[in-house]
Amino acid sequence: MTGNMPFLVVGILFFLGLYSILFERNLIKIAIGITLLEASANLLLIVLGYRNGGSIPVFTLAGEVETMVLPTPQALTLTAIVIGLATSALLLSLIMMLYKHYGTLDVREIRRLRG
Amino acid sequence: MKKSVLFLIALLVVVGTLWGALDGIHPFGEVDKAPMDDYYIENAQRERNVNNLVTSVVFDYRGFDTLGEAAVLFTAVCSVLAVFRKGGYD
Amino acid sequence: MEPLSIIVRTICDIFAWFLAVFGAYVIIHGHLSPGGGFQGGAVVATFMALLLVSHGGKKLLSFVKPGLYSWAETTGLLLFIGTGFAGLTTAFFYNFLAGEGGLFGAVVPLGANSGILNSSGTIAVMNMAVGLEVIGGLSLIILYMFKGIRLYDDTGREETGHDR
Repeated sequence: MTGNMPFLVVGILFFLGLYSILFERNLIKIAIGITLLEASANLLLIVLGYRNGGSIPVFTLAGEVETMVLPTPQALTLTAIVIGLATSALLLSLIMMLYKHYGTLDVREIRRLRG
Repeated sequence: MKKSVLFLIALLVVVGTLWGALDGIHPFGEVDKAPMDDYYIENAQRERNVNNLVTSVVFDYRGFDTLGEAAVLFTAVCSVLAVFRKGGYD
Repeated sequence: MEPLSIIVRTICDIFAWFLAVFGAYVIIHGHLSPGGGFQGGAVVATFMALLLVSHGGKKLLSFVKPGLYSWAETTGLLLFIGTGFAGLTTAFFYNFLAGEGGLFGAVVPLGANSGILNSSGTIAVMNMAVGLEVIGGLSLIILYMFKGIRLYDDTGREETGHDR
């Protein structure tokens, strides 16, 4: 059971992100929750591609290697990280403009003021 | 009170879904069948003359993904510049 | 933001250049060691963040030209797409330089080796193109989000924020 601990970490991260998206009122905390969800998805991809005793998939100065971890999940995770970075920047920019427009970050206040 | 009930329901749904999904997943560290990745590990050095397999997958075998990803990055930068453009939003 | 103290400014002045050189190393050795265009570009973009935090916007924005970073971003994307189109006689994104001799065309020995910098064909070119794009994009995001802070300045002062 303890061998499957990385999946448990993925579940905990996913649940923390979902909780902060559903129940938090501050927009910055919602953005942090979205980032946590991205982190859990990336961690799930990496964990699925691991082999016991595997080394990194790089041949430069590798020495004697028998097994390597899978390269494709790592490549796709690299893509997902950069997209997550760009969307986080756009998300925070929109939150800054919302704060300038409404003067608050509370989603209830924003919904109440001007449709 | 209402919030805690909702929290418990969400907890049960998420834990149940993930627990059910754990049955279809291989144990940690024991990938049984991965023919595509084994092909990359065996043949990428001979076919593409590259040492870093992750880079070979990102930029060569799956270059289309990286093209779309670069376009997404460009679009996000353009959107940030449009949000903060001179003269404000109104 | 107002400038930080002289200790922070001196340390940031020195280490920003080391970070830029290290990022360039990560980009250029992307096909040999862990790393590549995205990671190295993010490291190089830290240069602008360090200078902006330590010196404040008033001093830095007076001589930084955003057109340079805009040029870097568009050039990187066009170089990436152009490298993809250059192998079109066989297929899109075909690695037409690998193993041919000449530029980035050295043949890599099989198994673990010590690495040849002049190898891997179009992968090295695409690493540099994507690194250029990420440098331009992240620096532009940092600069324009910093300029966005000034939108909240209602007190009539030039700079907002606190220091020390």
